[in-house]
Amino acid sequence: MAMAVRVFLLLTLLFLYANFSSALYEDQVGLMDWHQQYIGKVKHAVFHTQRAGRKRVVVSTEENAIASLDLRTGDIFWRHVLGANDAVDGIDIALGKYVITLSSEGSILRAWNLPDGQMVWETFLRGSTSSNSLLSILTNFKMDKENMVLVFGGGCLHAVSSIDGETIWRKELATESFEIRQILQSPESDIIHALGFVGSSKFVTYKIDAKNGELLKHTSTAFPGGFPGELSLVSADTVVALDATRSILVSISFQNGETSFHQTFISDLVADSAGVATILPARLTGIFAMKINSFIVFISVTDEHKLEVVQKITYPAAVSDVLSFSEGQKAFALVQHGGSRIQLVVKLDNDWSTDLLKESIEIDPKKGFVEKVFINNYIRTDRSHGFRALVVMEDHSLLLLQQGDIVWSREDGLASIIDMTTSELPVEKKGVSVAKVEHNLFEWLKGHFLKLKGTLMLASPDDITSIQEMRLKSSEKNKMTRDHNGFRKLLIVLTKAGKLYALHTGDGRVIWSLLLSSLRRSEVCEHPTGLNIYQWQVPHHHAMDENPSVLVVGKCGLGFDAPGVFSFVDSYTGKELDSLSLAHSVAQVITLPFTDSTEQRLHLLIDASNHAHVYPRNLEAVNILERELPNIYWYSVEYQRDIITGHALKGNCILDVEDEYCFNTRELWSIVFPSEAEKIIATATRKLNEVVHTQAKVIADQDVMYKYISRNLLFVATVAPKAAGEIGSATPEESWLVVYLIDTITGRILHRVTHFGSQGPVHAVFSENWVIYHYFNLRAHRYEMSVIEIYDQSRAGNKDVWKLVLGKHNLTSAISSYSRPEVMVKSQTYFFTHSVKTMAVTSTSKGITSKQLLIGTIGDQVLALDKRYLDPRRSPDPTQTEREEGIIPLTDSLPIIPQSYVTHSLKVEGLRGIVTVPAKLESTSLVFAYGVDLFFTRIAPSRTYDSLTEDFSYALLLITIVALIAAIFVTWILSENKELREKWSLTVQ
Amino acid sequence: MATMERSKLILFITVLLHFCSSILPSAAAISSGASDGYTINGRVKVEGMGVKGFTLPGKISNAKVILNGGQNVTYLRPDGYFSFHNIPAGTHLIEVAALGFFFSPVRVDVSARNPGKVQAALTENRKGLNELILEPLREEQYYEIREPFSIMNVIKSPMGLMVGFMLIVVFLMPKLMENMDPEEIRRAQEEMRSQGVPSLANLIPGAGRN
Repeated sequence: MAMAVRVFLLLTLLFLYANFSSALYEDQVGLMDWHQQYIGKVKHAVFHTQRAGRKRVVVSTEENAIASLDLRTGDIFWRHVLGANDAVDGIDIALGKYVITLSSEGSILRAWNLPDGQMVWETFLRGSTSSNSLLSILTNFKMDKENMVLVFGGGCLHAVSSIDGETIWRKELATESFEIRQILQSPESDIIHALGFVGSSKFVTYKIDAKNGELLKHTSTAFPGGFPGELSLVSADTVVALDATRSILVSISFQNGETSFHQTFISDLVADSAGVATILPARLTGIFAMKINSFIVFISVTDEHKLEVVQKITYPAAVSDVLSFSEGQKAFALVQHGGSRIQLVVKLDNDWSTDLLKESIEIDPKKGFVEKVFINNYIRTDRSHGFRALVVMEDHSLLLLQQGDIVWSREDGLASIIDMTTSELPVEKKGVSVAKVEHNLFEWLKGHFLKLKGTLMLASPDDITSIQEMRLKSSEKNKMTRDHNGFRKLLIVLTKAGKLYALHTGDGRVIWSLLLSSLRRSEVCEHPTGLNIYQWQVPHHHAMDENPSVLVVGKCGLGFDAPGVFSFVDSYTGKELDSLSLAHSVAQVITLPFTDSTEQRLHLLIDASNHAHVYPRNLEAVNILERELPNIYWYSVEYQRDIITGHALKGNCILDVEDEYCFNTRELWSIVFPSEAEKIIATATRKLNEVVHTQAKVIADQDVMYKYISRNLLFVATVAPKAAGEIGSATPEESWLVVYLIDTITGRILHRVTHFGSQGPVHAVFSENWVIYHYFNLRAHRYEMSVIEIYDQSRAGNKDVWKLVLGKHNLTSAISSYSRPEVMVKSQTYFFTHSVKTMAVTSTSKGITSKQLLIGTIGDQVLALDKRYLDPRRSPDPTQTEREEGIIPLTDSLPIIPQSYVTHSLKVEGLRGIVTVPAKLESTSLVFAYGVDLFFTRIAPSRTYDSLTEDFSYALLLITIVALIAAIFVTWILSENKELREKWSLTVQ
Repeated sequence: MATMERSKLILFITVLLHFCSSILPSAAAISSGASDGYTINGRVKVEGMGVKGFTLPGKISNAKVILNGGQNVTYLRPDGYFSFHNIPAGTHLIEVAALGFFFSPVRVDVSARNPGKVQAALTENRKGLNELILEPLREEQYYEIREPFSIMNVIKSPMGLMVGFMLIVVFLMPKLMENMDPEEIRRAQEEMRSQGVPSLANLIPGAGRN
């Protein structure tokens, strides 16, 4: 009997070990993860369609990405996301094979190979002063058959060879605050003209020999009215600019080195000219475009400097640059809105009356207005000219229009996610069968046999493809209903453009999207910015039939005291239920753990003047809040002044207007860090919705430790002000990092550690009773990660069984922040190889499963690291009992196991955040990583111990059962026979 | 206590590192520029590209070289060279992010006192570098490799073990029984019968009647 038990145990143990590895096999890619690539809002676009072969468009974006897109499908051929402070200023194509980009305020010039995106050369252009930057490629000037790239940046004009990036000449045009606005090249000679402003009052022209950079002529003329800086070139010797008051148009002619100004009042041209006028940077011949009020006005300039209004169109419209498409002919595009349709008009730039193309295209109103348009031409089969237009919409999406149709569209707004939340899908209705996928038993079995073949490496390539197909097709994961394991959810994301998207966790498709009206630019709200998204209504008890909804909080303007805006959006349909313009600002939003009778969650908004406002605005909410008034505490961190303050509520506001939803606040405590020694650089708290399964932790020698679990703990990291900059800016002696654990109710500092010779950036995660933080150690010149665990000593005495039985323990006593906590702190430090962009920790529904740390590395990958590696109880030589408990021997650095990269062989370019959401299945946690790319997967930190894995072989199980049954029958028959024989033999005897 | 010891160790290693790098000849090329900054030039080299020499394998062509955790990011030229411009004097950290390879971060000292001199060392294994040539420490394999089919795997799998155990019971147990004393077996059987332990035959309906 004992032996049987032992064998059984052995079997289960082996069974466990069989599933030991949590890593992916290559053929499992895409089974439970998806990856989407985006580029961001397009700033510049250059078409490359001349040659035969693949037609492409090269774009640069506000996410600092440069990408080559397939013009037929919109797919990405290649893409590079430059560093965060390496914004692209200009982009062009040289020699028909290199993409030239100018970035970092005109100081870095790079050439990329057009077909594959490999960098060919890189040149650093050293400037003397800071100025605007301009990239221009001299196409009609050939020096040894190469294009010359002309760059203005840092107050210098550089001529760079496009073949190898060698600087041909460099001309310092350094007068204070000089800015070149336009570079002109004469078509017949090697002369270039540079036009610009010095300060705000002088107009300057330079005439330069393109061969050697010799300055031929220089004029500088003062204009008393001053210039705001914009300029539009209308002909080879005339530009138009606005004066400093933006009420006078100045046409400047600079023929033969003589500059003359001609002024025209805007009010003489346009009747209603009260607004602020701006000149649009379209380069048309003889005409310029100006935006005033809600109009775009096209004004032509005659030879005698007379200005005439050609056309006036209402504003939501965009004008493209000029495109020269055949001998001497130039065209430009104009896009206007009319209801849900947009009108694309292509005109010749010198002949306003004829339209080369006029198309009307239906566009999803959720994309908003057109912001930018780029045009390109092609030759139709009948040899006439056709035009296609690349359009950037208000929601940052990118569309290609051709022949009155949308050829493709990209949802590039998803490259700039600000915040996200999740929503459950609707419950499955009766009558919808779950097992509809499997047609019959035979096919089901066949599928599983194929899988079995796959796992045993017996499958032929054909089989493998069919397995892959079958797996990806399994529509189970893409259904629009709630599933048993909680894997299917909606990810609701808020983007920088003010658009909400709901993505399905199964395959990442967009279920609905909504451009929030409250976050659109309007007369009232010039700079709307989205801030956060919260779950507003999560019906589960009373309001089961209602749809869940989310709350989007934004503000109208850039300042901290800008008034807030609210939007309530139905999470199933994507309809905006309501929107509010708030009278107060939004400094902080606190989600309270209370709901009203319709399951709307109470939110407390703190404004800039420290008043608290309760939402939803109904009496019930106020009543709930008044009941809970003494239990509501929060804190605020002022990074500029290095102060942390604790607050509490104090009863209704005393304002001029009666407002029962407004509450006064009072300051409870504040911690002022000495600003000459410490500067706050990072804070971290526990997630509000985190579940902790047990407070007790049983350690090896049958001992119990009690975790100090408090929702009100705050981790704060400060550094020496000298060391607040980048690595390499401070020496180890003058830098230190101080870490605090602060109780946010009382302001009591529970723990304080100083790391001398260390500096930021600090990334920290707080979970249960531990905090892990990542920082840079200057002495070792390596990154380090430290863990701090806090244990409650006041409960440590509850070990005696008799005490527990007799009830003489203090386990049920209430925990109060006001009682002096007896805590014990353990900590340990390890080296970590990589820089970190962001960190997160897995969360599961019951908190039983062990935790994994998710580290977004500098290489834009997400590494999963077991919390066991960051356990302060690790020692160089753990005892046998400690080993059994799972304590890993101490090593000086944390291991990086390539198989534990959650993102496997993919990159989440421009990684900014990692969000974990618990699934219903305890072992599993859903992970969503976002940046320029999106990546979603689900991980099981302790393996999927509560369900069979996807590739569990039912066929093998079936075979085993059949074999066992067969064996039973065979042995039964054998034993029957034997018994019979024995009986016969007995009878014979 | 443990942390104390460790910090001593770090200190020791740092000293060692300084010693190593001071006796090494000046490492990677650093050209001093204008008053405000220096240029760090280096090269990323991957084994296996030596045959062609100038072209990088496809995997590495997308590699990024990152200075000080994202302060500057640059890319590799076709021959593997990279450079950072306008870098102030001080001790910097260079990382190479390339899918499929594990590179150690490199500590680079740019000296203001004697421009043109640079010291570089891998932080992962504290190895000093003569030149700023970065090579991957290892290749990274992101997927588990499926083991080829073998009969041992089937046997080792839980199902296989179950079958194996059954077979042992069925075929080896009778052998063991044979070696036992027949008297003892009979006694045991008597005992079992008296206790009414259900035999296999009793379990199957219709088979119990005999």
